Amino acid sequence: MGDILRVSGLITQLRNGARIVDDISFSIRAGETFALLGESGCGKSVTALSLLRLLPDGVVRAGGTAQLDGVELFGLHEREMRAVRGGTAAMIFQEPGLSLNPVMTAGEQIAEVLDLHQGMRGKAARQRCVELLDQVGIPDAARRETEYPMQLSGGMKQRVMIAMALAGQPKLLVADEPTTALDVTTQAQVLQLLRDTQTASGMSLLLITHDLGVVAEMAHQVGVMYAGQIVEQASRAQLLARPLHPYTQKLFAALPDATRHNQPLAAIPGSVPPLGSITRGCRFAARCDQAWALCSEQTPDWTVLEDGQGVRCHLYQDQGARGKAQEIGSGGKVNVGWVERSDTHHSLNAGDGYRCAQPILPTSLLQVSDLQVYFPIRKGVLQRVVGQVKAVDGVSLEIPQGRTLALVGESGCGKTTLGKALLQLIPPTAGSVQFAGRELIGLAARELREQRATMQMVFQDPYASLNPKMRVAEILEEGMTALNIQSNSAARQAHIDTLLDQVGLARTSKWRYPHEFSGGQRQRIAIARALAVSPQLLICDEPTSALDVSVQAQILNLLKSLQQELNLSYLFITHNLAVVEYLAHEVCVMYLGRIVERGTAAEVLRAPKHPYTQALLSAVPRIDGQGVERIRLEGDLPSPANPPPGCHFAPRCSHVNETCRASYPPATSQSATHIVHCHLYDDGLDNKGQKPIALS
Amino acid sequence: MPVILWSDALVFLLLAAGIACAWYVRQREHLLLPWRRVAQSATAMVSLLVVSLFLLVGLLDTLHFQAALSEKNSGETVYSPEVLSVFDLLVTPLRTQTEKTYSAPLAVTLYAKESIEMPDGKVLREYPRLRYGGAHLTDTQRQDSDILWRGLTGALAGLLAGLLIALVGKRWLAQRGWPLRALLIATLIIAAIIGMTAKLAAAYHVLGTDKVGQDVLYLSLKSIRTGLIIGTVTTLVTLPLALLLGIAAGYWRGRVDDVIQYIYTVLSSIPSVLLIAAAVLMMQVTIDTHPQWFDTSASRADLRLVFLCLILGVTSWTGLCRLLRGETLKLREMEYIQAAQAFGVSSLRILTRHIMPNVMHIVLISLVMDFSGLVLAEAVLSYVGVGVDPSMISFGTMINGARLEMGREPMVWWALASAFGFMLVLVLAANLFADTVRDAFDPRLNRTEMVA
Repeated sequence: MGDILRVSGLITQLRNGARIVDDISFSIRAGETFALLGESGCGKSVTALSLLRLLPDGVVRAGGTAQLDGVELFGLHEREMRAVRGGTAAMIFQEPGLSLNPVMTAGEQIAEVLDLHQGMRGKAARQRCVELLDQVGIPDAARRETEYPMQLSGGMKQRVMIAMALAGQPKLLVADEPTTALDVTTQAQVLQLLRDTQTASGMSLLLITHDLGVVAEMAHQVGVMYAGQIVEQASRAQLLARPLHPYTQKLFAALPDATRHNQPLAAIPGSVPPLGSITRGCRFAARCDQAWALCSEQTPDWTVLEDGQGVRCHLYQDQGARGKAQEIGSGGKVNVGWVERSDTHHSLNAGDGYRCAQPILPTSLLQVSDLQVYFPIRKGVLQRVVGQVKAVDGVSLEIPQGRTLALVGESGCGKTTLGKALLQLIPPTAGSVQFAGRELIGLAARELREQRATMQMVFQDPYASLNPKMRVAEILEEGMTALNIQSNSAARQAHIDTLLDQVGLARTSKWRYPHEFSGGQRQRIAIARALAVSPQLLICDEPTSALDVSVQAQILNLLKSLQQELNLSYLFITHNLAVVEYLAHEVCVMYLGRIVERGTAAEVLRAPKHPYTQALLSAVPRIDGQGVERIRLEGDLPSPANPPPGCHFAPRCSHVNETCRASYPPATSQSATHIVHCHLYDDGLDNKGQKPIALS
Repeated sequence: MPVILWSDALVFLLLAAGIACAWYVRQREHLLLPWRRVAQSATAMVSLLVVSLFLLVGLLDTLHFQAALSEKNSGETVYSPEVLSVFDLLVTPLRTQTEKTYSAPLAVTLYAKESIEMPDGKVLREYPRLRYGGAHLTDTQRQDSDILWRGLTGALAGLLAGLLIALVGKRWLAQRGWPLRALLIATLIIAAIIGMTAKLAAAYHVLGTDKVGQDVLYLSLKSIRTGLIIGTVTTLVTLPLALLLGIAAGYWRGRVDDVIQYIYTVLSSIPSVLLIAAAVLMMQVTIDTHPQWFDTSASRADLRLVFLCLILGVTSWTGLCRLLRGETLKLREMEYIQAAQAFGVSSLRILTRHIMPNVMHIVLISLVMDFSGLVLAEAVLSYVGVGVDPSMISFGTMINGARLEMGREPMVWWALASAFGFMLVLVLAANLFADTVRDAFDPRLNRTEMVA
């Protein structure tokens, strides 16, 4: 098979000369998937935009060629280029909500592409629209075709985007983080769809992603990008078996999972260097633990090894170094050995802290029983309540001192609302929240304020959670002032210094503003702010989902070591199951406002009982990628304003029966700690042997 | 004896607030950043230069005093009833050298023929010579060459002065990376124009005279202060209303929001000219029935100006309020606000510490943008007759006075043209400056710049 896209020496830069994409070459064979892997700010998206000549103002292509299906893209007139976009090469974007026009129906938007690239109009176009929507797996396509984007769910919108891209029958589909904004179960659906489409139409796929799991599932060839350059290029099998570049090795090592439960993750210290800051030497040298003097002096050349794996690193340039590489690679699998030296950037002596895995006898710190948070739906002139959105519907849980409870679920299942209701940021409708034996619901404002110090929250987006107009010291001081902790100002400053030490930031950073820090550093500040009032429980609301893998590892290490040091309890709200495996002692799985399964991390993740938990686990793309039977979930999360009767999961469940539709399943104990809400485990049903397939 | 009128006090207050703000911003790097961006724009700096010249005239015109008269009344100094400003003092000849009636720009004679009785008893129908304009000329034939000569020498002198300023300022500018060339050129041009005007104004009425023979250049320059006061003092009234109500509505939502929204929706649906007219007429009646409140006519006119600002302010806060409410609705969902709530920080403190600083860029942008609108509003209101006191010199009263003469043949165009020209330059410069300020504070534009 020939190459469909051949890029060589592509350089894209700012008008001031700083290079975003620096001399990139790769090619994609027909029918194959090429994945560009890298952290944010590495120039992945700009590469794609350069190829389609859609660069924003102020960014220009300064060199290189790109041949798409034999046509030189950069030699085309803009008018001819327009025929290429959407015709030979189509693109889908990250945010499906923003890439569809809200005032046009799904059908109209697809018909527009058909009209432009296939010359199809009227009835024929309409029919083709329905076909396409059918092809991308949208149920009831004829009706959906006439609907507006706001009537479609996120996964559905991404499908419509793919249908639009397919309408032009492209030879190359550029997918820029196509599933990053979607839930795991939806992500699995969309990835499957992309694979199926590829098999059916034989198009090539340029997949841009930061997720190693997605790469492992989708790619044939992988290019690893760092700071504008491709630092390593290999086939998927080669890359997974033997990553060569230290950066790639570290990316793998930074992934959290259960096997490293008691060790620190291999975080990559620091963050991606700013644009154009490094002109000489290897761009990764500053963060690399295998760097030597040469690395910062001489820019490494592109080296291709015998088996076709390419790498940009001094380690592999001469024969002697190659021997070293073989030695490193000989382990076959990524081993954590060579990352042990990595500086995890916090003050604790990590080695000792992690050994004492079993904490002292747990006593229940937070006890929640039957918590409900309803939001009334008001309608009409008189604003009468016509319904309730049951965001949290009868949740009970408890967190012992010094332990981590992970709350897992897809977006919209009410997990963030639950977290805020515990902090009394959203008033709960009913139920009880007891902290160390003291009831929090119904406390007067003044009494509640006294309790504020015991529970704090770390938010998801470190860019939105720090006031940009306040300095770090002021941010950290705020809680102390509000709660009258350390009334004397010198003591306060000393406390701020201690906090900064604890979270691994320099003491001098307290006079700086948040915008001067990177995402990971900001999250450290946010953690320090929460710790400032010495809480016993931290509610972490997806604290790493906005961060890159390498930085995520830094933060997870920090959270873990803080737990050891301060005997903190965590309620860890997340949708990332890998993080759960690494951090949590106990897990609650939430679906549509209710907890459907709970137990220790090992029980829930290794032997899940509820069909939803099973589906959720099987949807996670894994690096090893084999041996997991996929359970595909149909459809989307139903609206919490109008939950389905009986078991909420019944409409999407593959083991559904009459009882499920009739009544909500009661709690069934699987073991002393493992509880599941599913009719499959009712005594009566157990006899019929209708147990769901156990996961290997 | 210095006199501080109401509007003077407000101007000084604003000036102090401005200086305090500037000092505060200088201390904080992140606040300074967008201003650095403004300083790098050639358009912004040139328009700022123009605006600051207007501001200088306005400020000089704000320092009021009453001159002491030479005669003494039983040992006590007697002050003239006329309130003058430092600016009046500087341009005394322009103020005092009044003609009989209309004369065209740079003319040596009146605009209309009059019957002149000659020494020999004959009555001649002729354009009479002006009392001051071109009075030094014995031969009116030499008028053109004299104007040319004076204009050229004036421009040259101005240019020299401009060069001197440029040489002094050059190094200082270069250090800061400000747009050097554009500023130098602008300085030279402005200096030349000022030099030329000054030289010509010593002997002629550069922009002609109006119906009662007052110099139009003087009137135009005096109008600047009125315009500036309307443009700036009004914001003193708008700002607290819009800021407090807007933020409160956005943060508390619910009933508070309903009430505030109701108020500003009602207020903005009343035709504002009607509302202003009604308020101004009521105020005028009050002022007329209490002449004992005012010791000079200037203080009466001034009070009316202040009240006009007040009324304009009360009717024009709704736009900014609506903007701030929207922004606050967005901000209150930000996680740092929730973090503060989780600490039990009081609402008032969240409003002042977290929300207020984060909406200040909107306040700033809309104030700069509103300024030009208010200057124009004053002109329109005075034209309609509900603006400033007729005795107060303003662009509106100038236009109103010139309006009637537009129909006469030959047309008297210069009063209108100069009011138009001055206003255009002021408002255009303010708008250009506001545009750059808005761009500098626009987070979306900044982002592309950062990626870029």
